[in-house]
Amino acid sequence: MVKPHRNHPLWFAYMAHRISGLLLAVFLPAHFYVLGLALNHAAELDGFLRWTEYPVVRLAEIGLVFLLAVHCFGGLRLLALELLPWSPRQKTHAAVATALSFLVSTGFALSVV
Amino acid sequence: MLGVRLYLAQRISALILAPLVLGHLAVMIYATRDGLSASEILSRTQGSLFWGLSYGLFVAAVAVHAAIGLRVIVAEHVRLPGVALDAFTWSVGGVLLAMGARAVAAVVL
Repeated sequence: MVKPHRNHPLWFAYMAHRISGLLLAVFLPAHFYVLGLALNHAAELDGFLRWTEYPVVRLAEIGLVFLLAVHCFGGLRLLALELLPWSPRQKTHAAVATALSFLVSTGFALSVV
Repeated sequence: MLGVRLYLAQRISALILAPLVLGHLAVMIYATRDGLSASEILSRTQGSLFWGLSYGLFVAAVAVHAAIGLRVIVAEHVRLPGVALDAFTWSVGGVLLAMGARAVAAVVL
């Protein structure tokens, strides 16, 4: 049985922040490695960039942009919660953060498709 | 698990990262409109003090932020002694800092 607090929208916001952060931390070394190819292996970097044009890789990229946006906007909500005067509209803030994440990742999707 | 110093480091690195990530998202949308190539990326970044400082700051802040974030997750799910948790945190931060510094050097120098 799902515990009551785990059916709350802000619990989902917390979980989205945690999972997006975890996945981004796992992705970062690969991102740094690929950029590091520019140091001595520009041709390999170009090969990798061509590989990213496959539809399934593009889809994964759009997912990564969504994760980054979710973590960024969700993190801004948390910083506002901690550093600014209390607002009772936390669910609205979480909804706005989610909407902005979809907006940014859709913008990215439109630019690469 | 997360003392005051680590808590502050996590929040300060988040405050540094927020505008850098928003900028990164905007650049990604702008730069990928006509496809990406190594020469296109390097023409924008090589020799640029602005991009060197921006990405350098990004790497330093993200190494701190990710290391502490992963520490919290590990501490909540695995029963580890404090020394092992510290070693894990420093290792994650060190690897991200080293790999990130190499990536910044590769695209800026």
